[in-house]
Amino acid sequence: MANNHYAAPAPVGGGLVNIVTLSCGVLIALMAAILMVRFLFGLGAVTALNDGYPWGIWIAVDVVIGSAFACGGFSVAMLVYIFNKGEYHPLVRPALLASLFGYTLAGAGVMFDLGRWWNVWNMFWPWSINPNSVMFEVAVCITLYIVVMWIEFSPVVFEKLGKDDARRKVSKLMFFIIALGTVLPMMHQSSLGTLLVVLGGQVHPLWQTPALPLLYLLSAIFMGYAVVLFESCLTSTAYRRKLETHMLTPMAKIMLGVLAVFIVVRLGDVLMRGTLGRAVEPSVQALMFWLEMACFIAPLILIGAESNRRNPARLFLAGVLLMLGGSLMRLSGFLIGYETGGDFSYFPTLAEVLVTAGMFAVEVLGYIIITRRFPVLPREELQAVK
Amino acid sequence: MGTRRDFLRGVLAGGAAATAGVVSAPTFARETRSRPPEALGLLYDSTLCVGCKACVAACKMANNNPAEFSTVDHLWDTPLDTSGYTFNIIKMYRNGTMDAKDQEVNGFAFMKTSCMHCADPSCVSACPVSAMTKDPETGVVGYNPDKCIGCRYCVAACPFGIPKYQYDSPTGRIGKCELCRHRHKDGHYSACAEVCPTGATLFGKTSVLLAEAKRRLAMKPGEMNRFPRGHLRHAQEKALQGKPDGKGVMMRAGWRDEPDQSYETRAGTYLPHVYGEKEYGGTQVLKLSGVNFEKLGMPNLGPDAAAAMSETIQHNLYGNLIMPFAVLGAMTWVARRNVKPEDESSGQGGKDRGQ
Repeated sequence: MANNHYAAPAPVGGGLVNIVTLSCGVLIALMAAILMVRFLFGLGAVTALNDGYPWGIWIAVDVVIGSAFACGGFSVAMLVYIFNKGEYHPLVRPALLASLFGYTLAGAGVMFDLGRWWNVWNMFWPWSINPNSVMFEVAVCITLYIVVMWIEFSPVVFEKLGKDDARRKVSKLMFFIIALGTVLPMMHQSSLGTLLVVLGGQVHPLWQTPALPLLYLLSAIFMGYAVVLFESCLTSTAYRRKLETHMLTPMAKIMLGVLAVFIVVRLGDVLMRGTLGRAVEPSVQALMFWLEMACFIAPLILIGAESNRRNPARLFLAGVLLMLGGSLMRLSGFLIGYETGGDFSYFPTLAEVLVTAGMFAVEVLGYIIITRRFPVLPREELQAVK
Repeated sequence: MGTRRDFLRGVLAGGAAATAGVVSAPTFARETRSRPPEALGLLYDSTLCVGCKACVAACKMANNNPAEFSTVDHLWDTPLDTSGYTFNIIKMYRNGTMDAKDQEVNGFAFMKTSCMHCADPSCVSACPVSAMTKDPETGVVGYNPDKCIGCRYCVAACPFGIPKYQYDSPTGRIGKCELCRHRHKDGHYSACAEVCPTGATLFGKTSVLLAEAKRRLAMKPGEMNRFPRGHLRHAQEKALQGKPDGKGVMMRAGWRDEPDQSYETRAGTYLPHVYGEKEYGGTQVLKLSGVNFEKLGMPNLGPDAAAAMSETIQHNLYGNLIMPFAVLGAMTWVARRNVKPEDESSGQGGKDRGQ
């Protein structure tokens, strides 16, 4: 029985206007202005994109890294519903909410980047689709997953609106929705790695391997747990709530297990393909590789011992490091380790950075509004409220 | 600490097995596709090219592309590379004193940059909406802007850096050579080959062009030889009589008839390498040169196309959706046991687990 005896979720309450929400508002307004220019005058008007680097941070960060950050919902749901660890149930809703935002925005972010966005329906049009294309698979899975997550989250909305009838109907089918909600992210998170395979020798051998789907999937799973660590610690501090260490400590152990498998695959792959030499030459790419590895190995030292895993500061730091490590791997594969030959170079413009910041601002603002007004976070016990 | 050791052993074994499984995948990769038998293409002979850029201008006109300027006076079309508006360009290699043509040291040479029309193109494999397609008969890699979503995966995927995007336009398209396929129905072939004064760029069936390339490699450097220009036809087609098409144009085997334009000149000093014969599984555009191809901007590529590996991984994981449905089935079965409808449990809220 997965969901017995846990604190029922309840709105946090409180005001919505503060320095954080106002800053988010400003960032979102800036993003809207930049996007208007982009849609009126083309991608070149606001981005540094060129034919050597046709994909910039809107793809590498907003979509590829952003959707990995949004794997909390999937990682926790797998723990609770597939491995039947009911004790983590209070983490499900907040993680799901963050994922919902992350993915919905990744989907929106793709639209900003598409040069001919009005043709996007072809992605789902049976006479246009190309099943050989990895991007087709990614697009279909992400779209389906966004729908699935909204259904997963719908009981929260129905609860708030008092529509018990609808809530009961949805909850009858929830087991299937949850199953879909674990399979779809497995499919597209691995495929986000496979996206690079067709780029062939243009991607540096440290990030170009047939093991990409496995590496991206495993890292998405531990990044999901890392994001939950990060988000739980941050929420508890910001809302002055009790830290959820009793759930985070054992969850971190599972995270380390996935991480350990990942590290073996990552290093084993580099060794077996004989590309270790490329990691010890003096190059930016080699440096990035070791930076990435450091982010993966440090958490093992930081919270490897059970007693250290009870330390919220260490948990938080380990979470941040893993988010960073997974991000670096993605950034290196898609941008830093991508080399087309010729004199092309890419560094994001301020406008591109502001749009990315605006996207994260939408996430933060949405998370604040919804947790304050909708039953997402577990209700605080009286003695826990300071 | 037996459990920790067991855990580590498990991690190592699991990780190693997974790595071995995935890394050995290349042996299962599908074969790189080869050119269709009737594939059309170009043969570019760098030693015959005089760098007049007539082909660059003809390409612009045939594809209705605007001029691009790289000089202050904006008088002439002076693109520096292929772009969303320039599908063909002649680049120049310069070294030292530039004393002699087709000489690597203290010499210079020309190279044509345009779509290679790969036998197994990455752009076609990458395109999620089939906007980039390979004609099953002619093998021409064509582009359809009415399907294209502008994702630029083709731009990222092409090892030759050929598909280019129009970043300056809110409705930007992908631009690339389509071998003038829009002119084929009128019997016209690729404009670049049509105008080439020295026969450095020839149009024809790739099989015929490959034979011509090999003929040239067998020539003695400096020896007088006959070189064709324009459209290189195979022997049977050459023997055919031209027929009027009813509109006053003579046609032969579906193409406009033209007089034999071949001429005599001295054979160049070739590297013994037909670029495109094997590269990336073969391309329909072939190249000959006297200077190292990499120095002329042509990438050094192995015989396998990246699409073979990419599609193998894709179909092993998702072929007929067998694996996704199997996993979904298992997940549904497990979730069915673990997920209870909300109303059975939500009433018990407020009680923590007591931890």
